Amino acid sequence: MTEPVLTVEDLSVRIAGLHILQGVSFTVAPTGVTVLLGRNGVGKTTTLRAVVGLTPRNGEVRGTVRMGAQSLLARPTYRLVRGGLGYVPEDRCVFAGLTVTENLRLAERRGTIPAYDKVYALFPELERRGRQRAGSLSGGQQQMLAIGRVLLNDNRLLLVDEPTKGLAPKVVTEVAEVLERVAESVPVLLVEQNLAVVRRLAKDAVVLAAGQVAWTGDAQELLLETALTKSLLGVGTGEPHHASGRAAPVGKDAH
Amino acid sequence: MDTVILLTLTGLGLAALYFLVASGLSLVFGLADVLNFAHGLFLGVGAYATWWAAGNLPGAGSDGFGFVLAVAFGVAAGTLVAVLVELVLIRPLYSRTIEQVLVTVGLSLAGVALLQATWGADARPFPRPEWTRGVTGILGAQVPNGGLLLVIAAVLVLGALLAFLQWTRYGLVIRAGVENREMVTALGIDVRKAFTLVFAIGGAAAALAGALGGVYFGTVSPGQGSSLLIFAFIVVVIGGMGSVVGSAYAAVAVGLLQQFVNYYGTSGLGDICVVGLLAVVLLLRPQGIAGKVATA
Repeated sequence: MTEPVLTVEDLSVRIAGLHILQGVSFTVAPTGVTVLLGRNGVGKTTTLRAVVGLTPRNGEVRGTVRMGAQSLLARPTYRLVRGGLGYVPEDRCVFAGLTVTENLRLAERRGTIPAYDKVYALFPELERRGRQRAGSLSGGQQQMLAIGRVLLNDNRLLLVDEPTKGLAPKVVTEVAEVLERVAESVPVLLVEQNLAVVRRLAKDAVVLAAGQVAWTGDAQELLLETALTKSLLGVGTGEPHHASGRAAPVGKDAH
Repeated sequence: MDTVILLTLTGLGLAALYFLVASGLSLVFGLADVLNFAHGLFLGVGAYATWWAAGNLPGAGSDGFGFVLAVAFGVAAGTLVAVLVELVLIRPLYSRTIEQVLVTVGLSLAGVALLQATWGADARPFPRPEWTRGVTGILGAQVPNGGLLLVIAAVLVLGALLAFLQWTRYGLVIRAGVENREMVTALGIDVRKAFTLVFAIGGAAAALAGALGGVYFGTVSPGQGSSLLIFAFIVVVIGGMGSVVGSAYAAVAVGLLQQFVNYYGTSGLGDICVVGLLAVVLLLRPQGIAGKVATA
């Protein structure tokens, strides 16, 4: 079996006295898209932020997170990112007061050649709007800028948090297409609520419920299992089918 | 008319002093979220180091190139103290606001006490180049050269800061960090280096304010930094945290208001009006003139 690119073991996060994650364990395959699913507030974003070292200072993180053989939890975020952990946050977080070009320039790293050709090939719009302030871009364009910033450098793993949130259907399709192409060369851990996007992209799925892993397995099989999908995610989809993933009883959300 | 011109230009001199102190304070708060009550200490260090250098540093003096050397020494001393304060005292306390306030207030008080213990509590005459003792006739008004020197210095510092923010890599990091510090680190940038840099810039500007403020007032005293810091904070809030341009506009507004009201009203009324202006800005535009964006 191929070694996972990311291994999360017994990850617990407590913020301001609240247990957001409790003993979360899963792995991310070295190829394709692994999707992190779950209802609102189950700890998906917290998981990504813990992996990349962005848990708030009043938070407490325990457990083990490894990228290959390298332990991640004790290292500052900027070192993790320089080590090849790309992060596209929820709500894009582009620098609104900077131009598109300045947003991209910020992601350049000393000693490496930024892959502007690749980024502009994926997002020609960014090149055309180079002098425009990022804050005046549409939501879809901002999302492309957020992804483009990360793709300027080589990554060993991309963490992408809800890239289609709040976007028009046409733009959702465009973003999904881009992620599909990106995932051909770098593994992606994706948080996503849009099940059509999940169906298109995801190979593996990890479902969180109440801060714990409720199910892991093949994403496509999960989506075919209507009853399970409905119980875990609150939405039904696909044909009745028996998924082969592993379910764990978690709180009241796991049935 | 002469009086109006004189008041305008002396008001601008005061504004220049406020801007030099407030610009660094604003960047430090905008980027690092540090409310630095010890910022006045950098001004005091700059003033006293310039005063000391003018009398003791070989090559330095109170006129010509000697004075430039003394000011350079003062600015270097203020910068060094600012960097040390950031590295030793502030860095372990990022995101711990209350501790930061306690440490910087304590440092400010200790700094003033140290200056008093070393050179006494009384104001001392400041070495001034001969030219700064005179006046220049502008549109019929006789304007003190010390104030003009401050205005020229502030304009140069403003230009240099804007060029730095607009055209350098670290300027870009600072502008981005003022907007979203966390996202800067998530792009692989060690934002702490930028924190140290803004402290150094702020320390240098405040120390320059100390040196040129000594020329403007003609004396140097241990409490000078603290009293100017109050108005610098007001300028920062009115201008908008993290905005150098906002600080410049606010400094001009505060300096002119103070000067005109103190002259045409009662002495001291200008200070009250400045606080009134602060209240109005906080009520109508809490983010200040330019908001939390390090505008270039």
